Amino acid sequence: MMNASSPSPLGEFWQTFRRNKGALGGLAFMLLVLVCALCAPWLAPHDPSQQFRDALLSPPAWLDGGQWRFPLGTDELGRDLLSRLIHGARLSLLIGLASVLLALLPGVLLGLIAGFSPRHLGPPIMRAMDVMLALPALLLAVAIVAILGPGLANTVIAIAIVSLPAYVRLTRAAVLGELERDYVTAARLAGARLPRLMFVSVLPNCLAPLIIQASLSFSAAILDAAALGFLGLGVQPPTPEWGSMLASARDYIERAWWVVTLPGLTILLSVLAINLIGDGLRDALDPKLKNGL
Amino acid sequence: MSIVLRARELTRHYPVSRGLLHRPALVRALNGVSFDLAAGRTLAVVGESGCGKSTLARALTLIEKPDAGSLEIAGRDALVHGRELRRDVQMVFQNPYASLNPRQKILDQLAEPLRNFTGFSRAERRERVLAMLERVGLRPEHAWRYPHMFSGGQRQRIAIARAMMPSPRVLVADEPTSALDVSIQAQVLNLFQDLQAEYATAYVFISHNLAVVRHLAHEVLVMYLGRAVESGPTERLYARPLHPYTRALLAATPSLHPAPQRQRIPLVGELPDPLNPPAGCAFHTRCPYATERCRAERPELRELDGRQVACHHAELLG
Amino acid sequence: MSLLEIRNLSVSFGGPPVVDGLDLSLEAGEVLAVVGESGSGKSVSMLALMGLIDPPGRVSADALRFAGQDLLALTPRARRRIVGKDIAMVFQDPSSALNPSYTVGFQIEEVLRQHLGLRGKAARRRATELLERVEIPAAARRLDAYPHQLSGGMAQRVAIAMAIAGEPRLLIADEPTTALDVTIQAQIMALLLDLQREQDMALLLISHDLAVVAESARRVCVMYAGQAVELGTLPALFEAPAHPYSEALLAAIPQPGQTRLHSLPGMVPGRFDRPAGCLLAPRCPYAQPRCAERPALAPSRLGMVRCFFPLNQEAP
Repeated sequence: MMNASSPSPLGEFWQTFRRNKGALGGLAFMLLVLVCALCAPWLAPHDPSQQFRDALLSPPAWLDGGQWRFPLGTDELGRDLLSRLIHGARLSLLIGLASVLLALLPGVLLGLIAGFSPRHLGPPIMRAMDVMLALPALLLAVAIVAILGPGLANTVIAIAIVSLPAYVRLTRAAVLGELERDYVTAARLAGARLPRLMFVSVLPNCLAPLIIQASLSFSAAILDAAALGFLGLGVQPPTPEWGSMLASARDYIERAWWVVTLPGLTILLSVLAINLIGDGLRDALDPKLKNGL
Repeated sequence: MSIVLRARELTRHYPVSRGLLHRPALVRALNGVSFDLAAGRTLAVVGESGCGKSTLARALTLIEKPDAGSLEIAGRDALVHGRELRRDVQMVFQNPYASLNPRQKILDQLAEPLRNFTGFSRAERRERVLAMLERVGLRPEHAWRYPHMFSGGQRQRIAIARAMMPSPRVLVADEPTSALDVSIQAQVLNLFQDLQAEYATAYVFISHNLAVVRHLAHEVLVMYLGRAVESGPTERLYARPLHPYTRALLAATPSLHPAPQRQRIPLVGELPDPLNPPAGCAFHTRCPYATERCRAERPELRELDGRQVACHHAELLG
Repeated sequence: MSLLEIRNLSVSFGGPPVVDGLDLSLEAGEVLAVVGESGSGKSVSMLALMGLIDPPGRVSADALRFAGQDLLALTPRARRRIVGKDIAMVFQDPSSALNPSYTVGFQIEEVLRQHLGLRGKAARRRATELLERVEIPAAARRLDAYPHQLSGGMAQRVAIAMAIAGEPRLLIADEPTTALDVTIQAQIMALLLDLQREQDMALLLISHDLAVVAESARRVCVMYAGQAVELGTLPALFEAPAHPYSEALLAAIPQPGQTRLHSLPGMVPGRFDRPAGCLLAPRCPYAQPRCAERPALAPSRLGMVRCFFPLNQEAP
């Protein structure tokens, strides 16, 4: 009945994921963004900080007065928008990735501890998370940046701290669910000690919701970074970053819509793409949600 | 015959929260259960859900410490030397879909006890896993697959193989065939018997299926609300049950070839609330023979007709 | 005329059929058991009868007749009026058959309102009577209980009360006691048979437990991998099974004095790896070359059997 060609969990995952067209589209878009980010110096037509004084607020090439030298036009200082967007992808992806990792690792660890120690260490950890959740996320991030000072690294730290409670709660809930299951008892009977039980037996079975959460908070991190950048608390000019590009261009929204719209559109599309991937991941990874709901 | 498992007055009480305004109540899930089990023998524990069977299993496998009583495994106090004795008591669970780790290959799951209990090298561990897989009727290449690729019966074979890996002296099986189809159940029961004949493992077999118990067990322990009400050699108990509860269980068990005129008196009522157990004999609320004495005085286990029974009126029933 | 007549019922969910050409008939007031292991199609065929197979599942039959009415020809609306009232069903897991958000009374009254048009005090009174009928102590008080406050046995009694609320002529019980303890199982089976006799209701019992079947049914249909392989009366069929699969099922049940259980090797073939010939042939100890063809259901000494070489055919 079981033939040798039964798919591995990874193969089965890919089969399900592939069926979701939206997620595939999102994946394609994000791969494009990733290529842009990795090859920015070679792909970008100009240096992102170079100011072309002869072409301030030049419109995109296909509009009246546009020039093919600047395919998406230039901003208020005459910098090429396309080049800035391409270079901005580096920073936005870096912020997303770094803040997700910085939240994921301690979040999972705290969640595991809280799940495995429901009487002693669990309650204080969970109450601390509740306190963090009680504050509006962006307000908390602004407060953290205000204390640490603006800048790339501090933005990442602030976003990571803000998204920490979600990981802790998610991990703890998943761990508590798995601890009920007999295979954990079986692993204990097989002599597995606590660290092995945590990381080898239980954690792999909690990964599905965590991967989904990570993909979704990746997009949230880009948005938060954009918001902090918009408030002038994020990455400082002239470094190209989508959020601060949006912020510095807001005065020209009536005269030169593309300076605002294009970074905004880039953020929108990236966030949409990542959320679509997240949905696809959830469908493919979470068997409980796979059929209906 | 060497006694490998000696339980004396095992007791486990769970506090149950009843809200802020009430004192937490105590569920006496296990209330002074004693037995001896020799190598190569099978003790069946029977009773309805809520009778303390599963709590007993958790206590015997050292997953939970009993609140009182003593437990000896191979002559050593298990409550003191729990860590060293862990490999000597293994377990097979009821639901083969929950007892295997879905994200671990069969090979790794079966090698886990050897990794933790022995100094075998990777190659030695693999060799032993493959040998055990073959022993339980699976093919070597199955070792590199994940649990979701197996049927329920195959999974239960894998779970049995895993439990047998560290060569335990005692195997606790908690309803191991109740999730399986009849023909698969027969295969798995045969496997249990074969393994016992080969390794002289002592089995504690927890079940509510009295036909299976009669087939497999040398001795039976009947539990009701956390206490043993009757225990003794299987054939003696089945031929002449002395406790009204044992008698009711046997009467309630359907038979393939029912006698046409057999009078079946189904036991009335249900298990009493374990938070609020009846005074006196816990069974008196459902017992057709209950008298004033049963409501007032709890019967102790006593020796009668080659078995232990806890009933004031056991002589009348015999 | 039979109360229920099923001719050549097939159900498929794309690919090979899950139920393959099932014929079954049931007289009024009769107790018939359908037995088989998981994957035999016994539950799916009953869901098809109730009209509970949703697309992409496909149901086809030459006839599906209940009390003279052709169920296939009815509009979904007319069919719903029969299903639930004249044909009722009791499921395996009582706790999930009841809605946890509503009281027992509300759920019974809902059935009474839908099928009998009873409302208010009359519905309340009838609901109390129904709970008393299924032997629930303090019935009037239990109406206000939520399903989680009931034990498994009590919940199954409530489910039975809901099923008999419309005074059905056919009650389908799908593994009604599998989730219950043995003493409670005996109580529920006694109750079902009691109701069946008293209300002259036909009972179609789906079960994998042959002993439960032996104690309750007069006729039995054994299913294997989507097909009926043997039909016969009890206790004759269990004493002298004609199909090797029936024999194997019986031999797999421990009997006193037996040292080793007989069991067929392998397992029930899945939907996609069924053999071309007799479905049992690869596991059958009596298989012959001819078993590479697929046998039809044919009369045997005591009933019907789907086997070229039926067992126990000489009169004792």
